[in-house]
Amino acid sequence: MASGRDTTVKGLQAKLGNLAESEYFTPPATKPAGPENDAEYAVKGLDSLADPAFHNAPLDITDWPHDRLRGFLHRMLTIRAVEERLGELVESGDVVCPVHLAIGQEAIPVAVSHHLTPADRVFGAHRSHGHYLALGGDIYQLFAEVLGRADGCSRGMGGSMHLFAPEVGFMGSVPIVAATVPVAVGAALAAKMDKGDAVAVSYFGDGAAEEGVVHESLNLASQMNLPVLFVCENNLYASHMDISQRQPSDSTARFAQANGIPHAVIDGNDVAGTARVAGEMITAARNGGGPSYLEAVTYRWRGHVGPDENTDVGIRRSTAEIAAWKRRDPVARLVAAMTSRGDMSGNEPGAMADAIRDHVDDCAARALEAPYPENSALMDLVYAGSPTPASGGR
Amino acid sequence: MPISILMPALSPTMTEGNLAKWHKKEGDTINSGDVLAEIETDKATMEVEAVDEGVLGKIVVKEGAEGVPVNAVIGLILADGEDAASLKDAAAAPAAVPSEAPAPASAVPTVPTIPAAPRSAAPAADPDYTGATVTMTLREALRDAIAEEMRADPRVFLMGEEVAQYQGAYKVSQGLLEEFGEKRIIDTPITEHGFTGLGVGAAMAGLRPIIEFMTFNFAMQAMDQLINSAAKTHYMSGGQMSTPIVFRGANGAASRVAAQHSQDFASWFASVPGLKVVAPYSGADAKGLLKSAIRDPNPIIFLENELLYGRSFEIPQDPDFTVPIGRARIARPGNDVTICAYSMMVGHALDAAETLAAEGIDAEVIDLRTLRPLDTETIVTSVKKTNRLVSVEEGWPYAGIGAELAAQMMEQAFDWLDAPVKRVCAVDVPMPYAANLEELALPKPADVVAAAKSVLYRN
Ligand SMILES: Cc1ncc(C[n+]2csc(CCOP(=O)(O)OP(=O)(O)O)c2C)c(N)n1
Ligand SMILES: [Mg+2]
Repeated sequence: MASGRDTTVKGLQAKLGNLAESEYFTPPATKPAGPENDAEYAVKGLDSLADPAFHNAPLDITDWPHDRLRGFLHRMLTIRAVEERLGELVESGDVVCPVHLAIGQEAIPVAVSHHLTPADRVFGAHRSHGHYLALGGDIYQLFAEVLGRADGCSRGMGGSMHLFAPEVGFMGSVPIVAATVPVAVGAALAAKMDKGDAVAVSYFGDGAAEEGVVHESLNLASQMNLPVLFVCENNLYASHMDISQRQPSDSTARFAQANGIPHAVIDGNDVAGTARVAGEMITAARNGGGPSYLEAVTYRWRGHVGPDENTDVGIRRSTAEIAAWKRRDPVARLVAAMTSRGDMSGNEPGAMADAIRDHVDDCAARALEAPYPENSALMDLVYAGSPTPASGGR
Repeated sequence: MPISILMPALSPTMTEGNLAKWHKKEGDTINSGDVLAEIETDKATMEVEAVDEGVLGKIVVKEGAEGVPVNAVIGLILADGEDAASLKDAAAAPAAVPSEAPAPASAVPTVPTIPAAPRSAAPAADPDYTGATVTMTLREALRDAIAEEMRADPRVFLMGEEVAQYQGAYKVSQGLLEEFGEKRIIDTPITEHGFTGLGVGAAMAGLRPIIEFMTFNFAMQAMDQLINSAAKTHYMSGGQMSTPIVFRGANGAASRVAAQHSQDFASWFASVPGLKVVAPYSGADAKGLLKSAIRDPNPIIFLENELLYGRSFEIPQDPDFTVPIGRARIARPGNDVTICAYSMMVGHALDAAETLAAEGIDAEVIDLRTLRPLDTETIVTSVKKTNRLVSVEEGWPYAGIGAELAAQMMEQAFDWLDAPVKRVCAVDVPMPYAANLEELALPKPADVVAAAKSVLYRN
């Protein structure tokens, strides 16, 4: 364990305030006693966080000023509108590539990005439209990218699964599961060497947490005390498999614990709560406190890939389960809290959503008209600095 | 224990030959380098030289014997101090177990560019199937191959991401969980490096795993286990351990998934001694080769293609139908130019051949089917007839399958070539996403037509 750091649960509480008493920390699993179920070996589970019957009340927004919350709502509605439009483009056949939608998961990147600047280094994966948009990535350029046009954020070379927008700190998303996790740790190493206060953020899923490289990355980040925030968006599924079919516990934070990394397991559909914990962790990283691990529990409303709901797969994914999770809607819960506090009048959220949708539709329409890359672009980008050497063939 | 003299192979694809003549008789003293015997195939004759010293204790295969399988014991040498009694045990020992003495040095081609040949001989030939067939998709044919082998051999099991409950990312394992249960159709977490190693260990311990990669893009996570564990264990254990295992899944360009999800890894795997690499095009070959792969005592990389899964083919229904690994297939006979391809690209080659035919050019299309061991015999025979070779692949040109074919032709058919070998490959770039660029990056039938004409000096 890195020296001088208190990464016990107690130390973590000191660092993050008394969150441990709140709902953001999972109580220890209460497994029956038995030789193999000794407290010593018991692994924590998500408990109520994985149960959509809980955590669907309006949010606690006590300490949050009105305009911050409006900002959160705007970003979440933007992500949702963009992804709904992308889903339509898949249905209409304009987009023919795999598109992984994160509708239902919008709160997490919005909350995390609230604490980031373009100098920070953020990495995502296959389900990263929200990560990109939450940082302020350009909407038109996202549509153009998914449509494979020259104006796309990756110049049409990457598509939905390979997004890049360094101008807002988005260093990349790629579809090889877990591939960006060590890369984010490397960006954190660079930040530390630069002696600035930049941090790296690594978004990955509960499925990615099964890849060996995640464990190597956690160990490295801990041992080198690097300014990186690991954000595990635990939506309980990897493709079509329920987490209970893949791991002995439904909470991945145990991997952080094993590597001496402060961690919190939270309701990822609570934008205010997530922003609070993420803020503490990012501040710690900026101040030399090293890595943290934020496990944000959430749920995707659509299937693994494409716009449909995938109710036919997994051991519990069903119309009923999706409906139950929609009651933990991160957008509706924020709206409910804001209207009940008087931050917004009854029709204001709807008007905001309409305006956003109009803008999003306009971006999509422009992207549909945008030109494809020049054919000459095919060979131009293989190497940095010099023209591509020809290697024969064809 | 007497030392066995094994029937050597003249070429990587040779499976059997004739013992033309013995130069020594039983009781003769043997010195290293002595010519022991002459063997022949329909193409060549070769002398068998002694590596070990001693006395020729027994001639096991008599002069004039025909169709002697490669690696069969043809004679026994008694070392110093051994007497004829020990010959009895030796004769009882199984012939040609891989841990026995190597074939005499000069009999095994030692030119470093010639790939190591698998020691187990491939079955004699394509069975030229005449039994019943059913029209079904290639996906279903693969499933049937797995199911038939699982019924026949309780050691066979299937493991991978989403193979059980979800029935496979491309639905290849449809119905298998139902028939064979969770013990033999195993869903894994997202842990390619882990479950690949697990498969290798299970194979070393006596099982016959089939490991599915959702796509071969994810085999990259497992490369160390594939190369360092699966491919090398037999060799580095001195032949004591083997890894009979099949790694299968979609390989090659898929549509609109861009750089990390769209590439052909054939030449990567084909460069590794210890692996056999199979890449079928037709449904019958897919079924027959997968069955052979499951039965093979070696690690097999079995490359499927996402875009072929849904195509329908006539599929043999006899559970005894197999296709030997290491044999190419003449997919279309012709006289003017040889076109070699594998997997998806066989379709392009056949399309191109049709176009060429309309212009009076009679192309021979060879479906390589197996990329390692490569059936150079079939290719060389064809090139000796057509004097021209075009290689088609979806992979990158650099150090690709076409590069290997060109080199093999230089070594084995140089005098018969009337034009340099021409490669048709993917453009040497990561797969771009934009539709127009993706189209430009991949080989098309028209490229094959153009290449064929260029080696014929026509335009
Ligand atoms: C190395 C690798 N293995 C498998 C896949 C196929 N795959 C794509 S997404 C995915 C599930 C990932 O689940 P998770 O990390 O939980 O992310 P989520 O889809 O839930 O957002 C899988 C298995 C892949 N892209 N890369
Ligand atoms: Mg997930």
